[in-house]
Amino acid sequence: MGHYLLRRLLIAIPSILGISVILFTVLALAPGDPFEELATNPNVPAEVREMLRQKFGLDDPVAVRYFRWLAAMAQGNFGFSFASRIDVGTLIMQRLPVTLLIIGLAQLLALFIAIPIGVYAATRPYSIFDQIASTFAFVGFSLPPFFTGLLLILVFSIQFDWLPFVYRADIDATGWRWFWEHVRQAIMPVSVLALFLAASLTRYVRSSVLDVIRLDYVTTARAKGLGERVVITKHVVRNALIPVVTLVFLQLPALFGGAIVTEQIFRIPGIGSLLISAILANDTPVVMAVTFVSAILVVLFNLIADILYGWLDPRISYG
Amino acid sequence: MDEKALRGLIADVKDGKLSRRSFVHRMVALGLTAPMATQMLTWSGLPAAAASEEKFKYKPTKRGGGGPLKVLWWQGATLLNPHFAIGTKDQDASRIFYEPLAGWDPDGDLFPVLAAEIPSRENGGLAADGKSVTWKLKRGVTWHDGKPFSADDVVFNWEYASDPASACVTIGSYKDVKVEKVDDYTVKVIFDKPTPFWADAFVGARGMIIPKHLYADYKGDKSRDAPTNLKPVGTGPYKFVDFKPGDIVRGEINTNYHIENRPHFDTIEFKGGGDAVSAARAVIQTGEFDFAWNMQVEDEILQRLEKGGKGKALITASGNIEHIQLNNTDPWTEVDGERASAKTKHPLLTDKAVRQALGLLVDRGSVEQHIYGRTGIATANFLNNPERVRSKNMKWEFNVEKANSILEAAGWKKGPDGIRAKDGKKLKFVYQTSVNTPRQKTQAIVKQAAQKAGIDMELKSVTASVFFSSDVANPDTYSHFYCDLQMYTTTMTQPDAGTFMNQFTTAEIATKENKWQGRNITRWSNAEYDKLHKDSEGELDPVKRSAMFIRMNDLVCGDNNVIPVVYRPRVAAIHGKLKADISGWDTDMGNLKEWYREA
Repeated sequence: MGHYLLRRLLIAIPSILGISVILFTVLALAPGDPFEELATNPNVPAEVREMLRQKFGLDDPVAVRYFRWLAAMAQGNFGFSFASRIDVGTLIMQRLPVTLLIIGLAQLLALFIAIPIGVYAATRPYSIFDQIASTFAFVGFSLPPFFTGLLLILVFSIQFDWLPFVYRADIDATGWRWFWEHVRQAIMPVSVLALFLAASLTRYVRSSVLDVIRLDYVTTARAKGLGERVVITKHVVRNALIPVVTLVFLQLPALFGGAIVTEQIFRIPGIGSLLISAILANDTPVVMAVTFVSAILVVLFNLIADILYGWLDPRISYG
Repeated sequence: MDEKALRGLIADVKDGKLSRRSFVHRMVALGLTAPMATQMLTWSGLPAAAASEEKFKYKPTKRGGGGPLKVLWWQGATLLNPHFAIGTKDQDASRIFYEPLAGWDPDGDLFPVLAAEIPSRENGGLAADGKSVTWKLKRGVTWHDGKPFSADDVVFNWEYASDPASACVTIGSYKDVKVEKVDDYTVKVIFDKPTPFWADAFVGARGMIIPKHLYADYKGDKSRDAPTNLKPVGTGPYKFVDFKPGDIVRGEINTNYHIENRPHFDTIEFKGGGDAVSAARAVIQTGEFDFAWNMQVEDEILQRLEKGGKGKALITASGNIEHIQLNNTDPWTEVDGERASAKTKHPLLTDKAVRQALGLLVDRGSVEQHIYGRTGIATANFLNNPERVRSKNMKWEFNVEKANSILEAAGWKKGPDGIRAKDGKKLKFVYQTSVNTPRQKTQAIVKQAAQKAGIDMELKSVTASVFFSSDVANPDTYSHFYCDLQMYTTTMTQPDAGTFMNQFTTAEIATKENKWQGRNITRWSNAEYDKLHKDSEGELDPVKRSAMFIRMNDLVCGDNNVIPVVYRPRVAAIHGKLKADISGWDTDMGNLKEWYREA
């Protein structure tokens, strides 16, 4: 296991570097520049735009810029945003709590929905419950988040006027009021995301449980006289969830910068919306920082998922 | 309309035969701006008009108590230093905290903010030779941190903005002037030649004043490192609380504000992000927000939202004009590695008959009615301003028959494929614009009409962030103009036509040499226009100057060098109970201190 871990870590480093080179080159080649708004403004003389470009080192060759960025990154300095001259690290940290809250809650909710439904549907395959559950899963998976988001807004915000649809990260109220306001505005985005995530998870749990239920030791457990309930919860579910756990871990990097469309619709100030506005404004340092951290998280979580799988399932061993 | 006729009109106003309002209306119809019209009257000895009933009235009788003000800018503010503002979103966010010496009201008149009074010839503020302006500053004004505001701050702003190393976007207003401190509460702005439009430096969106005591160490190269860039300290009605770039700006009431009984609201929240349509919904339908900026939404949708909603669309006249440009050079021939070079001539568009025909093929009426509605008004003028100043000489017409006959008479005969040709050259054009639903619809309308006249158009749309970029290597930017026709909106950010009209002078032609940063995109060149523009820069008599601008507008549009389509007023969404004073000559937040909510 130790060897395996070391080997994986050593391979991870060049792959991360390779990713950073590709990212940087693509961004450098992309058209558009951070000061395009100034182009249509008649009052900004051309020399000012030139000066700004020089100031931010935009006219240097790509290789020079890449190594400058890499050196800064190695020291933990993500650089400064072109648009607002604020430290990129600070910018990301400002947005991180909201992102973790909304998307984290969505993932948890998805798990809470998917696991019971998937297990129950698997224990009674092809029954009415199973048919309905499967249909909902397909519907949830096929409907894109922007559609369900808009639908919910139209129904709950505009028609019924029950819920606010513009997310505000700071509400000045205290105690229960504050908590309740946060819950009210978070319900819609969280449910939209959870529905989407739960759909595929339900099907996965269901098929995983179906695989396990068929095995001999389950029949043995039943033969021994254990109640159906105990058989399912103590024996079947634990083993069935092993692949599901690894799947969830692989989906975790999406927590960071994942729900771009939902954030746009509900105006949630998360990392996804930061990424989109930085791309549209050609704010290279921010885009590099967010995508690079995302890439690192993906590589890392892949590794963790693999290790976890090996640890949970004694049948698997890494040489 | 020439100078004599203008002076005749002014005499009528003096005698009382013509009201000020009608005079200003007429000036706008000729292609001038309201501020210029009022300047003309002031110059001729007529004092500024008394406050009329339509002028905004501030009702609350005490400071505060209005609760929270929530506004939605669907492009979030990214920085809070007015001298670095990229676009109106940053200017508006800065205006919450910072103030200029004076602002522009909806009628185009100046109103004092940090100045004690508006300089004029009577009070000695304006020099007779037009080379200097003396501003008297208000006393007793303090910055949010308690330090007093004085002439030192004003002089500092000039030094800060005019330094090229600071790379301020406001440099255009400050680099050609000199500012001197006369005493603690008086400054003198000195121009090196007679300047008719003196109200540029320290006025409006480009004139916000930043504190010397916090910025003195951050001039030049270090300008972007100042911590105050993210934590503004100004003299404005609200004090800074919090700022998350691209997301939200928060302010709270300034209890030491220098104008009594203002502001009305206790806190202000300036949220950013999302798109225009959902912003309109949040204000008009659900009432979650009180005000939303820049509603680039089709009028049809706005009207649907307004039915039974809690708010409405607020339309303010301004000078923005959506127009189609015709390329004077040849974009399909390369000269010294440059296409659309000023050394070439367009084979088809230099034929006056073709340009005339194209002008007749743009169905502005339909564009206004079916696409823009209240947000775009058909026009034949490039220079439009509040209704009062629009040239009466230009008229628009949509006539396919006439276009056909003009082309036929000029020798463009229809070939077997229905496309007109002459001397082997076919009337085929590539027509580009940015990606934007109303624009694509306009393109389709024009293409259809052109087809009926035997002109073939290929439509092209480029994504906005590329189209409007200043990227030297990208052939699809609007300044490269590597096609025959293109369409977009030129904004008029100041009430003076001088800067606006320099986009047709020969000196501003965009070429590879100046990295396509010149403002004359059509590469049009006309000696009379150049002379008029140069003269207008030094002409102090506003009547003469206005006549020049009218003539310039007529030269450009009469030659069909550009085809104005619709003039676009500013559209905002406002909650029913909110009363806001919005001027088309300043940014939306220009008069934030006067906003209040009816009980």
